[in-house]
Amino acid sequence: MVAPAPVPPAEIWRWLEEVPDPEVPVLSVVDLGIVRELRWQGGELVVTVTPTYSGCPATAVIARDIEGALRAHGITARTETRLAPPWTTDWLTAKGRDALRQFGIAPPGSPAGELVQIAPLVACPQCGARQTECVSAFGSTPCKALYRCLACREPFDYFKPH
Amino acid sequence: MDAEALFTFNLRMGDSALVLSQRLGEWCGHGPALEEDLALANTALDLLGHARLWLSLAGEVEGRGRDEDQLAFLRDAGEFRNLLLVEQPNGDYAATMARQYYYDAWHHPLLQQLAGAAEPRVAAIAAKAAKEAAYHLHRSREWVIRLGDGTEESHRRMQAAADELWPFTGEMFAADDADRACADLAALRPGWQAEVAATFARATLTLPASAWMPQGGKQGVHTEKLGYILAEMQFLQRAYPGERW
Repeated sequence: MVAPAPVPPAEIWRWLEEVPDPEVPVLSVVDLGIVRELRWQGGELVVTVTPTYSGCPATAVIARDIEGALRAHGITARTETRLAPPWTTDWLTAKGRDALRQFGIAPPGSPAGELVQIAPLVACPQCGARQTECVSAFGSTPCKALYRCLACREPFDYFKPH
Repeated sequence: MDAEALFTFNLRMGDSALVLSQRLGEWCGHGPALEEDLALANTALDLLGHARLWLSLAGEVEGRGRDEDQLAFLRDAGEFRNLLLVEQPNGDYAATMARQYYYDAWHHPLLQQLAGAAEPRVAAIAAKAAKEAAYHLHRSREWVIRLGDGTEESHRRMQAAADELWPFTGEMFAADDADRACADLAALRPGWQAEVAATFARATLTLPASAWMPQGGKQGVHTEKLGYILAEMQFLQRAYPGERW
């Protein structure tokens, strides 16, 4: 039996960048910062994933999507969950933040220690104005808050710092 | 660490999160406004996530092959170890928020404490859950203030709910050997009291007087309400054992 040619990790990361988050599809799982490690175990690739929110229903779908995407490239992969250190929005990539803004979701500010920052200065992703207000810290998915722009009057989602 | 104590403590953490999640889920589609409906469901979802982690760990520690689903759906009320507080009915919005606030003001600092636990699996779950609980506390505190310092009617209801649920808060700090092996509940009390006192002052609410504090939830002695919650939550697995999505 001939062993499969080793795939350079950069290539695998590129493939994973094509796996979208099911709820915020402009973000890839790499942009989201949840893919923590790749390692080979025998002929199998183990992808370590750190969940975003404990109850996020997308977690199981993401694991399946990652395994499916790699299978499409001929790689047998399984995902492994790692809780610690807990996921933080600081792990979002710069590319991911730009993609969020263009999609109409304000990217997260910095999670200041243990303090919840229902951030006072969230720029409107539509018009850029900083006169915005938080309508609710809980939005359409666990990771988002509902905001309203006081300048252009448009409601928008804020990817909340975590 | 004593596996028995760790198992019991995990059940307590997981069952309280699970039962409160189920209670909040009863609001789904009935919230007073769309934003509130979303917030209730989001909080319920976070707590369900916590329950899954705690119960999975409980099953692992127990070592008898029970997983999170078996622990959630195939135990009867007497085997549940949740706080009596979380099984209390939703009532009006003031009651839902009083229950949530008392719990959040205890839950968040407890998780912060557990994030430094010697048992790494407990510490990992707690560090993750604490970030979510911070948002819960922020919200329930704001509601207590808004309703307490609102209209005459909202104030009356908020005070009534605060008084009604107060006796159930004693159990949160009453530790037995299993609790002591994993956490320092007594150490949370002064901070909790200061937090509640400061919030009630802003909310123009009167701190309820000390009263008899019923206990037993953490030992499996529950109010009559838990059975009804489980009857609904466990229906599918009881009627169709082993059924999957």
